[in-house]
Amino acid sequence: MSAWIDIIVESVIKSIVVILFLLAGFGYITLWERQILGRLQTRYGPIRVGPLGLFQPLADGLKLLLKEQISPRNVKLGIYLSAPALSLFVALMAFAIIPVGPPIYLFGKWRDLALANVNIGLLYLLAILSLGVYGIVLGAWSSANRYSLLGGLRSGAQMISYELALGLALLAVVLLAGTLSPMGIVEAQHRPGMTWFVFLQPIGFFLLVVGGFAETNRAPFDLVEAEQELIGGYFTEYGGMRWGLFMMAEYMNMMTVSALVATLFLGGWVGIGTGIIWNVTTAPWRQLIGVAWFLLKMGLFIFFYIWVRATLPRIRYDQLMEFGWKILLPLAVVNLLLTALFVSLS
Amino acid sequence: MLTDYVPILILSLLAGGFAATNVIATLITGPYRPTREKLSPYESGMTEIQPPKQRFPVKFYVIAMLFLLFDIEGVSFYPWAIILKALRFPGFIEMLIFLAFLAVGYIFIWKKGALDW
Repeated sequence: MSAWIDIIVESVIKSIVVILFLLAGFGYITLWERQILGRLQTRYGPIRVGPLGLFQPLADGLKLLLKEQISPRNVKLGIYLSAPALSLFVALMAFAIIPVGPPIYLFGKWRDLALANVNIGLLYLLAILSLGVYGIVLGAWSSANRYSLLGGLRSGAQMISYELALGLALLAVVLLAGTLSPMGIVEAQHRPGMTWFVFLQPIGFFLLVVGGFAETNRAPFDLVEAEQELIGGYFTEYGGMRWGLFMMAEYMNMMTVSALVATLFLGGWVGIGTGIIWNVTTAPWRQLIGVAWFLLKMGLFIFFYIWVRATLPRIRYDQLMEFGWKILLPLAVVNLLLTALFVSLS
Repeated sequence: MLTDYVPILILSLLAGGFAATNVIATLITGPYRPTREKLSPYESGMTEIQPPKQRFPVKFYVIAMLFLLFDIEGVSFYPWAIILKALRFPGFIEMLIFLAFLAVGYIFIWKKGALDW
């Protein structure tokens, strides 16, 4: 009985931490993005609200909440309102299996620094990520607007097309590690004779990066919200906090993809000062160094996201689809076969 | 272990509650002064003549169908990928045969032009 109470209390605490972490991350990534984009265009970006502009996300959130919310005449109100909630829900769920640090010894028990340490972690993540398309397509369809419908269709086709290559790229990692658990994959990268999978799987890394960018609808694959042709794409008819929820979902998905890259390819939480075998010591500070390494790797990849947005132009829709189906998919299969050959012979 | 999934259940309750609260908050906060023009669908400043037809190019259907096919193939790789170390080389050959069948279909749809946009 007390074991159950322990599990439930631990889960509630971890869930709240995950939600708050994603929310804070969303706020400060938007600020960071605007400042970096500004610097890359030789201007400042938001620096006036509070010291270094640090209160800007709060001001933005307040503004979004206090705006007038209109639902146009022809919308199907139930679906129209639930679509942003669904997007946000999916984005919040996806982070659950990412281990942000080594297990930590607290209150007489080893506790994972992942919300859930399930043995099919990657499969769970893929399943949740592919649900993300529902919020977008339903929101677009229920808006009864031409731009929305086109944007929703485009994004639906784009997200499912790149999911194939993404799934096969993750599969090559699974082959090398021999497990679907993210914890296991981090460990597998530090077995003797192994190294970070970014060096063993350069093609897989490339596929995950491209697929991740397309899956989160970020530049150069942000055709979903191509302003010049589609106004705002699927969220043309959304305003205020309802629009904010779609944005929240997008940035949270960025964080999840960055965390995934850090876990699968960049060695997870392991860095200088952490060691690989953690349960020799019960001092929590070593685990916290691991968390810091993880956040650093994740932050670097988010910076890469922003950098790419400032650098690359948006690609054309026909190029996008042909690239996904005619280049990425065969490349992913070839990568998978080479990896499989290597694994089955070793 | 089924208890491994308890955290996910609890997160789904909290996340669902959080998302729903946000949407409900949008119904309460902020002023609400609708006018006829404000509630019309956005059409780049034009008045809407008729609501959009819910029809779209058949290509999107084709892509969705192909996705279903290939995604299911992709999922069937997962169990194989985990036990490949135990299957050793024969396991690799078996998957090669499976992939050859898949490749025939892939080349077929490519030649048919289903992948051209």
